[in-house]
Amino acid sequence: MAKALNASYRRYHPKWHRERVPIFWWVRSASYIKFMCRELTSLFVAYAAGLLLVQVWALGQGAAAHARLLNWLSHPAVVTGHVVLLATLLFHTVTWLNLTPQALVLRLGRWRVPKAVVWVGHYAVWLVLSLVIVWLFVGVA
Amino acid sequence: MNSVAVEVLRYRPETEEEPSFEVFDVPYEDNWMVLDAINHIKDQMDGTLSYRWACRMGVCGSCGMMVNGKPVLTCATYVEDVLPGPVRVEPLRGFPVVRDLVTDIRDFMVKLQRVKPWIIREEEKPLAEGEYLQTPEELQDYKQYSMCINCMLCYAACPIYELDPEFIGPAAIALAQRYNLDSRDQGREERMDVLSQHDGMWGCTFVGDCSVVCPKKVDPAGAIQRYKLDATVDWFRSALMPWRKR
Repeated sequence: MAKALNASYRRYHPKWHRERVPIFWWVRSASYIKFMCRELTSLFVAYAAGLLLVQVWALGQGAAAHARLLNWLSHPAVVTGHVVLLATLLFHTVTWLNLTPQALVLRLGRWRVPKAVVWVGHYAVWLVLSLVIVWLFVGVA
Repeated sequence: MNSVAVEVLRYRPETEEEPSFEVFDVPYEDNWMVLDAINHIKDQMDGTLSYRWACRMGVCGSCGMMVNGKPVLTCATYVEDVLPGPVRVEPLRGFPVVRDLVTDIRDFMVKLQRVKPWIIREEEKPLAEGEYLQTPEELQDYKQYSMCINCMLCYAACPIYELDPEFIGPAAIALAQRYNLDSRDQGREERMDVLSQHDGMWGCTFVGDCSVVCPKKVDPAGAIQRYKLDATVDWFRSALMPWRKR
């Protein structure tokens, strides 16, 4: 038996169907979830940068202000929060560093630097900078 | 002979307001592709099923569909690889559906033209001077991007294109990059003018799935990020050395 005609259909005038994008489109695949986590962790990066500025500002305000900030930073709840913060910063950094060989094409004359070298180079710079910062802190302490 | 349940999205606008799934119990042989199963449905079960296909060897880029939620060339996807089933077959995501598995791809065709995917010369040299020669290294610079078959799987994998259909999209930008990197081409600035618009390269947030699903390993995500880097260098050059040509 023939189906009833769709009342809104007009012959020779195509009626396209466009799927509505669901609000939870990003849970469709693991790669979308990873992408969203990477983007969301940028908020934590912004917080870490802001915290650094606050520390510099507190130092400028004198020893008492800096001591108050250190006191707040050593509160167990804040320490716990900052451990989570460190994990998010590591996730953000690693996911971005892993993408660098795709975005960056380096040439030395006619030789194209292999992707693995670009990848290792970024991690090496990260490691060296981290060691310099640790050395500075240890030196000051 | 084994059989598998294939759930095919059907949309018949003359009789239906909304698409719905129709399940076919398809017998299949070893080494059948998903396209073989769909052809079996068309030939033996329901001749009204509409879809595109042509070469059956991963070259024409016509038979791209969503299989179990992933954009694939159905001629290059084994049934055995998507078992145990049911195997869900849908039209490419992000495009309007005309009928069943057929999408309207005009949006892509228009965008492709906008990036001028052909060699642009400021001035052609006389024929008597011969062809434009190229070294193997110069060929390697763009060869990867020239492998694009316009199958649009990258668009179906891109959530940005789905959320904002104005976005010019992965394949168009990769093809623009293909010509930018060609030593014979002089149209880089013209394409930059198109791709630096709000719907151009900056719409990409580097999800990266376009490169994952690409059947030809073109890496559109990489092409877009390289383009962004070029645009940034151009901007700094023009800001710091305004007297220099881009």
